[in-house]
Amino acid sequence: MNATLETILETSASDCPALSLPDYTPVDELCALQLQRLQAVVERACQHVELFRARMKERGLTPANIHSLADIAKLPFTKKSDLRDTYPFGLFASPMKEIVRLHASSGTTGKPIVVSYTQADLDVWSSVLVRCLSGCGLHRGDIIQVAYGYGLFTGGLGAHYGAEALGATVVPASGGHADRQIMLMRDFGVTAMCCTPTYFLHLIDRAAELGVDLKQLPLRAGVFGAEPWTDSMRAHIEKMSGIEAFDIYGLSEIIGPGVGCECRYHQGLHIFEDHFYPEIIDAETGEPLPDGREGELVLTTLSKQAMPMIRYRTRDITTILTGRCRCGRTLRRIARIGRRSDDMLIIRGVNVFPSQVESALLQIEGTLPHYQIVLTRSSGLDQMEVQVEVTPQMFNDKIGAMQELHEKLQCALDRVLGIRVRVALVEAYSIERSEGKAKRVIDRRRS
Amino acid sequence: MKIQQLSLFAENKPGRISTPMRLLALEGIDIRALFLADTQQYGIVRMIVADWEKAAAILQAHEYVVKLTEVLAVEVPDHPGGLADLLAALDGSGINIEYMYAFPDLRGGMAILIFRFNDPDAAINYLQKAGINLLATDELLKD
Repeated sequence: MNATLETILETSASDCPALSLPDYTPVDELCALQLQRLQAVVERACQHVELFRARMKERGLTPANIHSLADIAKLPFTKKSDLRDTYPFGLFASPMKEIVRLHASSGTTGKPIVVSYTQADLDVWSSVLVRCLSGCGLHRGDIIQVAYGYGLFTGGLGAHYGAEALGATVVPASGGHADRQIMLMRDFGVTAMCCTPTYFLHLIDRAAELGVDLKQLPLRAGVFGAEPWTDSMRAHIEKMSGIEAFDIYGLSEIIGPGVGCECRYHQGLHIFEDHFYPEIIDAETGEPLPDGREGELVLTTLSKQAMPMIRYRTRDITTILTGRCRCGRTLRRIARIGRRSDDMLIIRGVNVFPSQVESALLQIEGTLPHYQIVLTRSSGLDQMEVQVEVTPQMFNDKIGAMQELHEKLQCALDRVLGIRVRVALVEAYSIERSEGKAKRVIDRRRS
Repeated sequence: MKIQQLSLFAENKPGRISTPMRLLALEGIDIRALFLADTQQYGIVRMIVADWEKAAAILQAHEYVVKLTEVLAVEVPDHPGGLADLLAALDGSGINIEYMYAFPDLRGGMAILIFRFNDPDAAINYLQKAGINLLATDELLKD
């Protein structure tokens, strides 16, 4: 008996919404739905989003030019910089009175990237999370602890409403306070965790220090996302905690967590294609690649109202897997994401660009000192150190003045990045330069 | 009245001040006084040397970050109360000592104090009024 059927049979049909979900729609029906929705979303974006309308006009395109799903390749890409350039509301396709939620993620210039949702968008978001969690074998009666940060970040509230819509009991623990997280897991009999994989590694280490054996708890599943993680990390997590670990994928620009998720076969992540249309392109040329070839993932929101994203370049490198998954879902799968086509770093689930570090240093010094970002991982938590070479202009013979400089750098980095980093003042020319160019990022996190 | 002090930035790691000191030694630079202020991450080496411009140039040529600052050198009797009496001259002046260091004058009987004041000109005024001997550069550096 396969694992999914086993799960379904263990629970009554009313406890398991998976059976009534569109995950099993025949492919031709799914494609018809995708085309219909693609035409509608292109129409909507053309009507309400100036930037998109202008780009369509440049190419001599109208929504009527979309006759088939393959025609999507004619459409212009949307990039992260488009969200930045139109900050805050320039890509909204709904009037503010229709928008019921805003989220934001860190940007490259200190200004965040803003995303918006109508009530219908929130309903879609919850529905895809229900499908994610169902695919992980979770259902009504489960107690799900959400340890993503609650707030502007989409992780916390996204997982929260999804788990509620599933009918599970939600423990909205938010991020941080490892000891309290472990207490809640034990005392409430939590059966599943939603957080970043590195945070769960940290909880494993902390639980061991506190003498709590996670394997003795009712905890049986972890739905981990917001950063890339490897199969060896999964093996470690499963061995140390006795749970089954699932990879969930998403990004704020598309909707948040819930764009795709693993099922119990763990052979790639099913993309909820009826809402998010995936393409793989050559990151250099922008040309579409067939399924099975590795390239950059491009996503189009098929049903988003408040902020449609047409051919959004995720910068995540993956492959659309060919062949049907043994779980029976007709949804295509992507391979787990291992790397990106840009220099974005993901630290404790937060997106960080080296250019953000530069802009913070520039704010303080007026000129850019040589710097280097060093990433390490200690007891499961990512640590980021920014080493800054002291220049003659920065140097002062008074310790107090040096400490003031140190604090100013620290504050500017914290403010721009939105996470706590360690600042180290180092000697001039102590950062290695290769061919005159400094290597900006040293990543010593073990995979 | 003001003395040039040479400061050097160094990380707080083994061996970090060894090379700059060797570079100065090779060029025959004599260090009259030295004080190392430390933090957990880095230190500031403050030195009084005879040929500060040459010393600064040597270190800069090797890509060290240095700075020249004006400090005051004061001579006090090397006996109990020598420093306390000097500081009493500044009582009520509002002048703050940013940092200071002291070393005995090997020529006998006196101690030399190096001061970095927040307001050096006001400090000179107060100290001279109290009859305290401020050393000129040549007096401080003579053998």
